[in-house]
Amino acid sequence: MISSNLPALQIVIPLLSAPICVILRDRRIVWAFAQLITLFAFGCAVALTVQVLQTGPISYEIGNWQAPWGIEYRIDLLNAFMLIIVSAIGAITMPYARVSVAKEIPQERIYLFYTMYLLSMTGLLGIAITGDAFNLFVFLEISALSSYVLISLGEDRRALTAAYRYLVMGTLGATFYIIGVGLMYMMTGTLNMADLVGRLPGVAHTTTILAALAFITCGVSLKLALFPLHLWLPNAYAFAPSVVTVFLAATATKVSVYVLLRVFFTIFGGVDLFIDSHLADILMALALVGMFTMSAVAIYQKNLKRMLAFSSVAQIGYMVLGISFVSVLGLTGTIIHLFNHALMKGALFMALGCIVFRTGSVDIKDMAGMGRRMPVTMAAFVVAGLSMIGVPLTVGFVSKWYLVLAALEQDAWWIALLVLLSSLLAVVYIWRVIEVAYFRPVPEGAPPIKEAPLSMLLPMWLLTGGAVFFGVHSTLTVDIARAAATFLLGDRQ
Amino acid sequence: MEFPGHFNYWIVIVMMMAGFYVVISQGNLVKKVVGLNIFQVSVFVFYISMGKVDGGTAPIIHPDWTTYTNPVPSVLILTAIVVGVATTALALALVVRIRRAFGTIEDDEIEAQEEAQS
Repeated sequence: MISSNLPALQIVIPLLSAPICVILRDRRIVWAFAQLITLFAFGCAVALTVQVLQTGPISYEIGNWQAPWGIEYRIDLLNAFMLIIVSAIGAITMPYARVSVAKEIPQERIYLFYTMYLLSMTGLLGIAITGDAFNLFVFLEISALSSYVLISLGEDRRALTAAYRYLVMGTLGATFYIIGVGLMYMMTGTLNMADLVGRLPGVAHTTTILAALAFITCGVSLKLALFPLHLWLPNAYAFAPSVVTVFLAATATKVSVYVLLRVFFTIFGGVDLFIDSHLADILMALALVGMFTMSAVAIYQKNLKRMLAFSSVAQIGYMVLGISFVSVLGLTGTIIHLFNHALMKGALFMALGCIVFRTGSVDIKDMAGMGRRMPVTMAAFVVAGLSMIGVPLTVGFVSKWYLVLAALEQDAWWIALLVLLSSLLAVVYIWRVIEVAYFRPVPEGAPPIKEAPLSMLLPMWLLTGGAVFFGVHSTLTVDIARAAATFLLGDRQ
Repeated sequence: MEFPGHFNYWIVIVMMMAGFYVVISQGNLVKKVVGLNIFQVSVFVFYISMGKVDGGTAPIIHPDWTTYTNPVPSVLILTAIVVGVATTALALALVVRIRRAFGTIEDDEIEAQEEAQS
């Protein structure tokens, strides 16, 4: 009974527990409750993945309304993997959140933080699980609206303007998406993704469908902050509370990349519009430009959270690059990087959150001697930073390896070269921090600071450890990513 | 008959572009929200126009009628309207907070203050 209704529980439990947080009020109880719910969501995602691995894709009809008329949740290996990423990060961030949130968010607003956190997670899980194009829009907006609120909870007043700008851009993006869905509905009369696959080939030659693809790509690209549509992201990440940055950086843009994968290779899987319209070439060009310019901009940032935010935009370039190859190797690179980037960016932002917790600053000039003042935190930053660069034995290497292989497979050696060159830029911006933290003396008269509390260090090292573990034992995740990529491409390979 | 037949869609495009232009060109944060609303409403009109069937009536089963308008787009738009209202409310709430924090709701003045701060 429960196991057959897992897909619904995955969404309904976090969704309903969000308002319960408002009733509970007390910040300790709300935290414990939210932790419980996130763990439940994670367990649910794992159980669903096991089911998918055993029996193949699961289809679940919400309220027993038969698909394609009712809303269908359809879980294959790709979204099961996404569910695991989102819920795992959601659950790991929670123990970290308790002290960090108590420090950075005013007492009377803490319960609202957890409410919004759960809603945001619900939205992201919903995007991943749903098999209905319009339902996806609703979840997109649930996650987006709650993340605007989460960002605006930042201490700095610039968090408010960052949230406002994100709201304007995010709403434009989501509206573009429904215009695209509307155009598809006009031509096919269906919103169910699986049903769209069968019906699109009959009308694929029309300009209406071409316009639909253009609107959806443009809208989702705004959401995933593809260069040059990334303008909302740096300030939003820089001024949001640390926990929010950790959660959003590790999950939100990844889920949007998943939407792109779903649209290009499932919904438009039966037609070659993606290739014929040169969309793949355009995406490749944008991805490459984004990888370089954004890494270069990151080097000049004084605010380290902002620096990592620009690095995130560059990393999204890698994911989109993988999509633009339209090959099993390329998609494997993209899917594996979704997971790997969540691990390392989560760990890096957690390290900065620990530093903010003790010093209240993430400015590069305040990092002098941090390697001695907060050794455990900085060690995690270094390990995760090395992974960001793509050093062997870390997850960053695995992702880049597959992207390079995908490029070489198509004889695009210059792209392989560009991937390696852009990694050098990552060396510069990560090294900059290491240099200041380890080779500059602690400024005189600086107040002694303690290491961050254990409840923050443990989640951080869990992610950092994951970045090394899955770098060494890469077959675990690569197998899933490759199977998902093969499934997505179907007979197109 | 192409043009008059597609009258609704022309209106949709005009509204969409007008709204989009307001969002981009206006420096006042409240005016931007108004633009965003016009932009969203154009999509509502688009969906509802798309569901209209020539000579169709409201989708209530009745022996006198055989053609019905497609109710699905209208229902979808009910959802989208709710989302739109929530977005507008949140945007305006943020504008109130921005006004309290910066003392202005003009984009360029806020930007100048932000630059001075960093």
